[in-house]
Amino acid sequence: MGYDAQLLESIRRVEATRSTRMGQQFSRLTADEKTALLKGYHPDYKAGTMRELAVGPNAGDRVPHELADLLEGRSRIDPDFDLSCIDYDVDVLVIGGGGAGTSAAILAHERGAKVLLVTKLRLGDANTMMAQGGIQAADKPNDSPAIHYLDVMGGGGFQNIPELVAALTKDAPAAIKWLEELGAMFDKQPDGTMVSIHGGGTARRRMHSARDYSGAEIMRTLRDEFRNRQIPYREFTSAVELLLDSKGQCAGAVLCDMETEELRVVRAKAVILATGGMGRLHVQQFPCTNHYGATADGLVIGYRAGAKMVFMDAVQYHPTGVAYPEQIVGQLVTEKVRGLGAQLVNAKGECFIFDLETRDTVSSAIIRECLERKNGVQTNTGMHGVWLDSPMIEMIRGDGTIAKALPAMMRQYARFDIDMRRLPILVYPTQHYQNGGLLIAADSETVVPNLYAAGEVSGGVHGRNRLMGNSLLDIIVFGRRAGMAVAERIGNVKQGTLTLDHVRGYQADLMAAGRDSGQKAPMLLPNYLRPETIGRRGNGQG
Amino acid sequence: MAAETVQFYLMGKPHAVPKGLTIQKAMEYAGFRQLRGCGCRGGFCGACGTVYRTAGDYKLKVGLACQTVVEDQMYLALIPFFPAVKANYSIEDLPPTAETIISLYPEVLRCVGCNSCRKVCPQEIEVMRYIAAAQRGDIARVANLSFDCLMCGLCASRCPAEIVQYNVAILARRLYSRHIAKPAVHLAARVEEIERGGCDADLASMMAATDADLKRMYAARVIEPEEL
Repeated sequence: MGYDAQLLESIRRVEATRSTRMGQQFSRLTADEKTALLKGYHPDYKAGTMRELAVGPNAGDRVPHELADLLEGRSRIDPDFDLSCIDYDVDVLVIGGGGAGTSAAILAHERGAKVLLVTKLRLGDANTMMAQGGIQAADKPNDSPAIHYLDVMGGGGFQNIPELVAALTKDAPAAIKWLEELGAMFDKQPDGTMVSIHGGGTARRRMHSARDYSGAEIMRTLRDEFRNRQIPYREFTSAVELLLDSKGQCAGAVLCDMETEELRVVRAKAVILATGGMGRLHVQQFPCTNHYGATADGLVIGYRAGAKMVFMDAVQYHPTGVAYPEQIVGQLVTEKVRGLGAQLVNAKGECFIFDLETRDTVSSAIIRECLERKNGVQTNTGMHGVWLDSPMIEMIRGDGTIAKALPAMMRQYARFDIDMRRLPILVYPTQHYQNGGLLIAADSETVVPNLYAAGEVSGGVHGRNRLMGNSLLDIIVFGRRAGMAVAERIGNVKQGTLTLDHVRGYQADLMAAGRDSGQKAPMLLPNYLRPETIGRRGNGQG
Repeated sequence: MAAETVQFYLMGKPHAVPKGLTIQKAMEYAGFRQLRGCGCRGGFCGACGTVYRTAGDYKLKVGLACQTVVEDQMYLALIPFFPAVKANYSIEDLPPTAETIISLYPEVLRCVGCNSCRKVCPQEIEVMRYIAAAQRGDIARVANLSFDCLMCGLCASRCPAEIVQYNVAILARRLYSRHIAKPAVHLAARVEEIERGGCDADLASMMAATDADLKRMYAARVIEPEEL
């Protein structure tokens, strides 16, 4: 495979300007320039891509059509479903087996709670596993939680919820120390000092990493610890509705075995939603970096149960998704590639943006460069892209840096006969992260009593745009906070009778508002079958 | 324009798909909606380990279904799960020694040196070499050699000594990181500073700042230079 002649021709122009670009940086944008760029080119501002919800706590708020279709979809179960037969009676139900859910379960279990964790794929099948670049924490002498706080607020458009940002930045060093003590293999100097670099929008070099398997290293360590503690869990088990009780508190869930389709009832004194984001909804038909199960399930069942959402009109497009080769279009090229010195370069061999602006800004600049200024490169399948000049990394930092610091990236391209040490790689923005989510307080509780949310499903801490390295941090900090909070409170919970009346009521409200997308929700898994196949299936269903 | 097609065999049954798709997308093109055997779709989770043969070649080949292009006459099966032993332990209580590894996974001593694990690793990790290092108690080496492991399980599926290599590897990485690598002194110092309230005043004043003040401070940030 490798590059075709047309792309190699374009690469020559990148190589021709490399020596003059070395050591130079495109200037940073002013606040006004940034605002104008976002309004002009960020996909969130594109007309006709969102609609107002008619029903629920966010009635009147705009969300992407793809999410609205789920929020205005149909429950997978009948609200008259028999709840008298309780299959699992626990203190804490954790829904989701990624970094947030696993952290929450470990903390709650450690404090004596009877925990059940369910996950619709395998334990660890989550975006946590795919996070490459790193995790932020202000732990160097020249840094502080307050400096980190300011970076987070600026990155989020100054709209983040201050209490959540304070919790995130203040707990960050303790989160890293917890992982260090669990035996996560961070990149360190021989004396134990953490290796740390910049990410987009950081004022200090506070990005900790484990090569470019940062999330995988954290996830496999947490998973191993979780299993060592023999905490009960069920894989291939989704939650299709939350249960409330007669007092309006969250009190469990209806589970669905993904293999046998059998439904089961869990009664729990607290429920922690850690279901991740909505990447696989492919908002505006963007490709995405997310794992197979990122289908907004927690938003759907949480919203029906009365949880409020924030910033759901703010979608994060990662600036550097793969634009070539076609087989892996949309997959992530970690921001660490830019953090290590690779520049973004257009088809003329010119820089066009400061490489470590925040993600919303860089994505907008790439879109402008390709679609408006026509300075992008187009592949033989019609994908637009700009070059990410990866060979600069070893010119700056020495031979062997890429193999050592970016082994996953190097392997990803080598599988398609592209050596990113010698040749630049072609990138274009890709749907990456749900900036918003279910509104939580600093203890991770949603507005529904005894319903908690942690990780990407929750919202507020990142405002309208998350910084690199703050999602791995978010899942650990708020996963731990949720686990601790529930363990402390379950002793005081007095449960009423289990009910699905909220589902019945929500469906009635949708009917009254004339909203029915016809989709079953939660989605549980995306459907990548061809329309032709779906039409030919025996049951007529996809 | 009709795209060029290839024919592959999924567990023996032929399917025709356009050339150039990954095995994962080829299966979806052929009408399979996946549950097991599909995870991150990006080469990080190890759910889609695949073994295959190609026409005229006796060699057993491997790849991740999400990262491997389907070929004409490819004869394949996914191995999304393989039964494995996993020891339970408390990492903080374990000394980082060969004895620890051997007491938890005595079967590592049964390695016959056949190198099947290395040959079947879709990440091309030196699996047999790290098992040898584990026998010697060179835990740092196990940790480094095994670092890119996705825990897909293909090594264990081929091991005549019935070793579960990837569970040995994560034990070693955790032992290394917990007990051999030096703890970060600056990290412990900052955690201690935060616990005694040393960062509260600065954070409180940030939280109390007006929107205009925050924006002014943000625009005036001094960015730490790169250290090269």
